[in-house]
Amino acid sequence: MASPTIVAAGVGKRFLLHHKRATSLKERLLLHRQSSSEEFWALRDVDLEIGAGQTVGLIGPNGSGKSTLLKVLSSILAPTTGTVTVRGRIASLLELGAGFNGELTGRENIYLNAAILGLSRRETQRYFDDIVSFAELEPFIDNQVKHYSSGQYVRLGFAVAVHVSPDILLVDEVLAVGDESFQRKCLAKIAEFQQRGCTILFVTHALDLIPRICSRGVVLDHGRVLHDGDPVEAAERLRSLLGTGADQSGGAAVAANRPWIAAVRLFDGVTRAVHKGQFQSGEAMAVEVDLAGPAGTAPVRVRLAVTGPADVPMWVMGSDSVTFGPDGRATVRFTVKEFPPVMGIFALAVAVHDAATKVTYDVRRFSEAILAVGDTDAGVLEVAWTADQIEPPEVGTDIGRAGGATE
Amino acid sequence: MALVQQAAAARAAAQRRARLEPLTELVRKDLKVKYKNSALGFVWSLANPLLYLTVFTLVFSFFLRNNVPWFAVLFMSGYLVWSFFNSAALDSTGAVVGNANLVKKVRFPRVVLPLASVGFAGVHLVLQLVVLFVFLVPFYPDAFGPQLWLLVPALAVAVVFTVAMSLLASSLNVRYRDVQHLLEIIILAWFWLTPIVYPVTVVREELTNAGLLWMFKFYMANPMTPVVVAAQRAIYNHSVVTADNGKLVQVLPAGGYGFYVQWLAVAAAISLVLLVLGLWTFRRLQADFAEEL
Repeated sequence: MASPTIVAAGVGKRFLLHHKRATSLKERLLLHRQSSSEEFWALRDVDLEIGAGQTVGLIGPNGSGKSTLLKVLSSILAPTTGTVTVRGRIASLLELGAGFNGELTGRENIYLNAAILGLSRRETQRYFDDIVSFAELEPFIDNQVKHYSSGQYVRLGFAVAVHVSPDILLVDEVLAVGDESFQRKCLAKIAEFQQRGCTILFVTHALDLIPRICSRGVVLDHGRVLHDGDPVEAAERLRSLLGTGADQSGGAAVAANRPWIAAVRLFDGVTRAVHKGQFQSGEAMAVEVDLAGPAGTAPVRVRLAVTGPADVPMWVMGSDSVTFGPDGRATVRFTVKEFPPVMGIFALAVAVHDAATKVTYDVRRFSEAILAVGDTDAGVLEVAWTADQIEPPEVGTDIGRAGGATE
Repeated sequence: MALVQQAAAARAAAQRRARLEPLTELVRKDLKVKYKNSALGFVWSLANPLLYLTVFTLVFSFFLRNNVPWFAVLFMSGYLVWSFFNSAALDSTGAVVGNANLVKKVRFPRVVLPLASVGFAGVHLVLQLVVLFVFLVPFYPDAFGPQLWLLVPALAVAVVFTVAMSLLASSLNVRYRDVQHLLEIIILAWFWLTPIVYPVTVVREELTNAGLLWMFKFYMANPMTPVVVAAQRAIYNHSVVTADNGKLVQVLPAGGYGFYVQWLAVAAAISLVLLVLGLWTFRRLQADFAEEL
C-alpha cells in the first residue's frame, strides 16, 4: 500500500444558510443575535485516504458535495470538523481560466495564471512554448483574452494548469468542455500524469469515463461516502441511485419463451465500422438490433428511440414487420443518414413488439450510449432514416460490450 | 517510495517558497491593465506630481498665500507619501472582494491580494519621487544633502503601516462591505489630521497657545504624522525659513534629527503592533473568504 498523499479524517463541512445575514456593520448591530440561520452539512464524516499514484473518480448526484470536497481538499474551504492532510504539490482545476484578465493578452495571462498557481517566472518561461502549443493558440497568443472564444479560453486555462507539474491533481468536471480533439488531449495528459505517478482525484458526470481512467471510484451522496472501491461498481451504484438503472436485460422475455433482443450494435453509417458512440452532426449512424426467439415466432416490429435528459425521446424509429429465420434469429438495421445538430449525451432504447398485437416482448435501454458533438445546440430534428431487414451476421457483439471494447 | 516522498516534500517546500511569485505578477498585471489602451501609459503617473506641484505652487502663492517660500515642495514631500498610503489602503479594501472568482476557485496565498495593492501604490510612489527629484535638481537644490537619508526610515514605517491597514481593511471588508465606505470617510478626515496642507508647527503653536500642549503627543501618535513630517524634513530641509514678508517662520518642529527619529520609532512600534493585528485578523478571516464571497 503506497503511503497516502491525501488524508481526510472525519471531514465535515457545514454551511450556514442565512435567512437574513448581517452584511454590514449597521445590520450587525441591529440584528445582533437575531439573525436566523439554518445549518446545512455539505460534507459529513468523510474519511478518505488516497495513496500516491492513485486515480480516483469522485461521482455523485448534483449537490452531493463533490465540489465542496475538492475545495476542502485544496484548502480553499476550511473543514468545519476533521482534518485534511495533503503531501505534495497540489493543483486544483476547479475552474479553467479562473483569474484570467480579459484586458491582458494570452501571453501575459499565462505568466499571471502560472504565478497564481505557484510557478516561478523562470519556470513559466521554460514551459511557455509547451503551454501555447498545448492550447493550440500560437497565432492568438498576443491577442487580448477578452477576444478569445470560450473554447480558446478554456484551452489556455487547462494548458497552464497542467504545466504546473503537480504531484496531486484535483479536477472538477472541467473535461466536459472543449471539443473532441481537445478532450482527447486532456485525457492523454491525464494518462501522462498517471504514468508519472501523479495522484489524481476527479469529479465527473461521464460515468463511462470512470472505469476507463480510474483505479478507484468514490460515490458521494448527501455529503457522505456511499461507496469507495471498485470503479465499475461505483458507477453502477450511482446509476441505481439516480434511478437510471443498469442496462435492463430482457431476462423476463427469455423466461417466458418470447422473442428477445439478443444484441445491439452501433456502427458508423458509411464505413460500417464498429462505432463507440460519438457522433458529429451530419455523420451517418447505423444501429443493428439482433433478435432471437423460439422457432415459429410471429412477426415483430422493432422500435428504437434516442432519448435525451429525463428520457425525452429525441426521435423514434420503427421497423416494418420482421420475420424470424428458421434458426430463430433476425436482425434489423436502422440507418440515420445525418446525425442531427444536437449536443449532449443520449440514451438508446430498443423495444420489440408483436407486429399484430403490439404486445411488448422485450425492452433494452443503454444510457449514455451516444455522445453527440454537434456544432450547435439547436434541437431541431429533421431525421432521415431507414430500417431494413438484413441477413444476420456471423458474429454480433452487443452494443454494451462494443462501447468499451473498441478502445 | 521514500525518494518519491522526499521529492514531493521538496516540491511542497518550493511551493511555499514561491508564495510571493503571484505578488509580483499581480502588481505587473495591475500596472498593465491600468495603462492598457492609453497612448501615453506611464507618462500619466509621472505627469501627476508635476501637475500637483504647479497647481499648488500657484495656489499657495496667490490664493492661499502663507508666505512660506517653496511651500509646494513642503506639500509634495508629505503628499506623495500620503497618496501612497491613501491609494494602497482604498485599493486593498476591495482586493479580496474584487477577486472573488480567484478566491473561490484557486488555491494560493490570499495575502498577496492586499499586498499587490500596496505594491502597485509603491511602484507609483517610487516613480513619482523620481519625478519630484528630477524637478528639484534645478529648482530646489537644497533638498540634496545627508538629511535625505531620513526618507529611508520614513518610507519603511509608511510601508509597514500601510501593509497593516491593508490587511485589516481587505479582510474585514469581506464580511462587512461597508468597511469600504467607512474607510473613504475616515481617510478623508485623516488627511486633514495629518500635516500635509499645513505645517505641523501650526498645530503645536495653536495647542501651546490654548495650554493643551500635552495633546500634541496624541496628534503625533497618528503614524502617518511622523512619516509625513520626516519626509518633509528630508526633502524640504529647512525648519526655519524667512517668509516673504521678512519674518522668520518655523515650518518644521526641529532642525536636528532627534525629534523625527524618536517619533518615527513610536510610529514604527504602533505600526508593528497593527501589523501583527492585521496578520492575525487576516489569517483568522481568510478561511471563510471563499464562503463569504
